[in-house]
Amino acid sequence: MLIRMLVNGEWREADVWPGSSLLFVLREELGLPGSKNACEQGECGSCSAWLDGELVCTCLVLAAQAHGREVRTVESLSGEDRLHPVQEAFLEAGAVQCGFCTPGLVVAVTDLLDHDPAPDELTVREALSGNLCRCTGYEKVFDAVRLAARRKQEGSW
Amino acid sequence: MDVLMPRALEEALAMRAEHPGAVPIAGGTDLMVELNFDHIRPEVMIDLSGFADLREWRREDDRLFVGSGVTYTRIMRELPEMRALVQASRSVGSPQIRNRGTIGGNLGTASPAGDSLPVLAVHDAEIVVASVRGERSLSWRDFLLGVKRTALEPDELILGARWRVLRGPQSFAKVGTRNAMVIAVANLCFATDPETRTVRVALGSVAPTVIRAPEAEALLAGAFARAGAWDDPSAPIPASDVEAFAERVSAAAQPIDDVRGSAAYRRHAVRVLAERAVGRAVDELAEEALVS
Repeated sequence: MLIRMLVNGEWREADVWPGSSLLFVLREELGLPGSKNACEQGECGSCSAWLDGELVCTCLVLAAQAHGREVRTVESLSGEDRLHPVQEAFLEAGAVQCGFCTPGLVVAVTDLLDHDPAPDELTVREALSGNLCRCTGYEKVFDAVRLAARRKQEGSW
Repeated sequence: MDVLMPRALEEALAMRAEHPGAVPIAGGTDLMVELNFDHIRPEVMIDLSGFADLREWRREDDRLFVGSGVTYTRIMRELPEMRALVQASRSVGSPQIRNRGTIGGNLGTASPAGDSLPVLAVHDAEIVVASVRGERSLSWRDFLLGVKRTALEPDELILGARWRVLRGPQSFAKVGTRNAMVIAVANLCFATDPETRTVRVALGSVAPTVIRAPEAEALLAGAFARAGAWDDPSAPIPASDVEAFAERVSAAAQPIDDVRGSAAYRRHAVRVLAERAVGRAVDELAEEALVS
């Protein structure tokens, strides 16, 4: 079936098997491999993106359900020659090891700070509870969130 | 495979009548896993996310109706006074899952571990379903028939659930291996209803469907009456009554051993959850008594 959706500000079309997930269409049809394919059951959060502004696991969205809607992926965050402040914070804090979970975490952290620029520790943990990282032990990730949050509160982004 | 995309409820019902084997999909948090892993290959799916009818909730005098398409995130945000339901919603999956998962999905999937189901059972909710033949309501007991089995006819859709709002203390608690992203090993919803002077308790993940524990309920309601707690919320409830209540809750469970936990552990877990729930309710009543 033909699916048309607004992806990162641009209307895109893909002719896909109707049972495809949104994640599959993003990665395999639209050339956007930033959203990672790991568990395919909503456990790991590596495929996190926004559907009509809401944080979702794209592996659990039927692509047909995104028809006519707005999708924003991790690729929308950085500019031509600069990273998003959350991505900068991840680099500076050393919150990236193998990197597989990073795009999903960056999207989830951006979503959190967009809604709550000064989250307390428990709020951060709850907001990231759907994103698994098997390398960092999360501490560096929490450091990155604190760094990005501080810069947001200071008005630098 | 075909995905039908109705733009209104009437259209969705007509499609369901025309394709009785079609699988309705809303948030997709259960069904997409089945699709991704090739466990199901329905010939036709009907997308319920393209129209607003099922996404509404409304107050009807002393009752609340929650549409099947209302997500757990929206319950947490929009229905804060439904405390046990909010607690249950918050324990579902992760933010990503709660943004998509719906109360109708818990009902349609009918997993014994569905976290909103003990809350519906405690409220004696009626489940509202519809087809082109008309609308009907049935109690949660008549709707949930077994493990992943419901009374939904092949041409019907779940419209939502309706219940009388309970005014007394209420809570939901869950045991699992993590605080998030966990399917309940056991869960429990407890509520007191000062209007009818009854106590209600429902258990999940310890039987083929969510169950109530009527003997335990009657015992604790009697203890509340003997202690005078319905008239004087600061009246203490004897610890032996609370223990006996928890014991009967545990006895009502019919758990099995499975990958998530043993039957013995589940029986123990609901006993602990029951005792905690009563403790919290009694504390809450005492606090309210102090304030007033």
